[in-house]
Amino acid sequence: MKRGDRILMVLVLGWIAVLVLLPLSGIVREVWTNGLSSLVELLRQPTALRAFMLTFWLTLGSVVINTIFGTMLSFILVRHSFRGKVFLEGIIDLPFAVSPVIAGFMFIILFGPRGWLGSWFDAQNIKIIYAFPGMLLATLFVTFPFVVREVVPVLREYGIEQEEAALVLGASPWQTFWKVTLPSIKWGMIYGITLTIARAIGEFGAVIVVSGGIINKTQTATLLIHHKFMDFDFTGACAAAMVLAAVSFIILIAMQYIFSKRQV
Amino acid sequence: MKENKSTPGGLVLRGITLSYIALLIVLPVIAISCKAFDGGIARLWQEIALPQALFSLKITLILALIIAIVNVITGTATAWVLVRCDFPFKREINAIIDLPFAIPTIVTGIMLVALYGPRSFVGAFMQNTFNVEIIYNSPGILIALLFVTFPFVVRCVQPVLQEMEKEIEEAAMTLGASPVQIFWKVIMPTLFPSIVTGAALSFSRALGEFGSVVIVAGNIPFKTQVAAVYVYGEIESSNVPGATGVSFILLACSFAVLLLLNFIQYWNRRHEEG
Repeated sequence: MKRGDRILMVLVLGWIAVLVLLPLSGIVREVWTNGLSSLVELLRQPTALRAFMLTFWLTLGSVVINTIFGTMLSFILVRHSFRGKVFLEGIIDLPFAVSPVIAGFMFIILFGPRGWLGSWFDAQNIKIIYAFPGMLLATLFVTFPFVVREVVPVLREYGIEQEEAALVLGASPWQTFWKVTLPSIKWGMIYGITLTIARAIGEFGAVIVVSGGIINKTQTATLLIHHKFMDFDFTGACAAAMVLAAVSFIILIAMQYIFSKRQV
Repeated sequence: MKENKSTPGGLVLRGITLSYIALLIVLPVIAISCKAFDGGIARLWQEIALPQALFSLKITLILALIIAIVNVITGTATAWVLVRCDFPFKREINAIIDLPFAIPTIVTGIMLVALYGPRSFVGAFMQNTFNVEIIYNSPGILIALLFVTFPFVVRCVQPVLQEMEKEIEEAAMTLGASPVQIFWKVIMPTLFPSIVTGAALSFSRALGEFGSVVIVAGNIPFKTQVAAVYVYGEIESSNVPGATGVSFILLACSFAVLLLLNFIQYWNRRHEEG
């Protein structure tokens, strides 16, 4: 290794240690000094449990819906050609570029009581904003690109010869999809799903805007942390934050595993 | 399967998918844009020109620019070290790079307060010795933004660097090029598109970041109130025109970044095809 490279390596590793690893230590210490009692106490609060459950349902909903539509869109982008496709490709990443707060705000404008669609739902007495459907919409918006971005390159690389062969041999399009296409895009899809889960669990800005922050009703895990922090319950906030950090750590390890599988 | 498009099944598939995207992504953007021009352009400008709004936009743009520049340097260096150097625990460290993407932004905020807050060891030390306030001030915002945007440039540059053949560098060296020449004439041109992509992604993320910043920075007008926090405050106080004005500017910036990214992608593809 050249001398310059060695100096650069020390600098980079130091940067990673200070920027990424050091903050992790702060939260672990905070929970540690209070003993694990703060963690136990948190998990015994019904409000906290309800918040974690709500996060679970939002994540599940986003994964199911966005995996289905994400795969369909990938299929269309790779296998179909139609007018406006370039435009469509261009806007897939839009949710990543938009601030989560603005994402939530857009849904308030659209589905709020006086919004274009909101007034209709309001007349039917269906609550979208400040309720589960609005929070699901916001989470769907911010997590939309993940599956598409992972599946499109795999699908493109895989080509269509095997699908054509299956069709020629008499398989129905449905059979072809389940038996030929799906197995080949499986790992790309799972990787996209993992990213979707991580983002859905952690989404805060978009969800807080559309939730209205009603405790026990529209409070997710991230909103719970925010609420505890604003309430000067820093220990409680740290305990809840540590639970989410642990979940993200598991996701990170899963990502490594899936990524190595996908390379094969 | 280009002929697929004309089959009824293909058309139904396309119809359903496009409707979903129209409802989830296109319609909300159109709605907010229409809302922005509800009262005419003068009214929109009036909301943006409020000193508090203007300040939040200014500080956000400055911070995002700083973040992009710092990440270009640290991100490229990190990618370089990860590809070209060997050291123990390389796989684990490579995995840790993605940690900021996996951790919820609000957890990032809490972590930073625990580490640098006024009650913490580091925070108290900085306050007492240098009279520097990290949390509830701009250094805290910078640290939070650096944390959440760290992976972008690394993950854009790393694969390009991996595919780059060392032979070209060696050839340049044998032909008498100095290391500095090799860096600027051989390595940089190859890496450039990926560096710009990573920088643009960092920039747009820094523009819109909310969760970590709202915890670390608080919400102090004319001091730490970044644009996303300003918009949030206006929504909370039911000032829809005020929130719409600043949102519109941020949204325009996002679109500009998106356009740039698509252009780079297009340029790359054309370059590859020769």
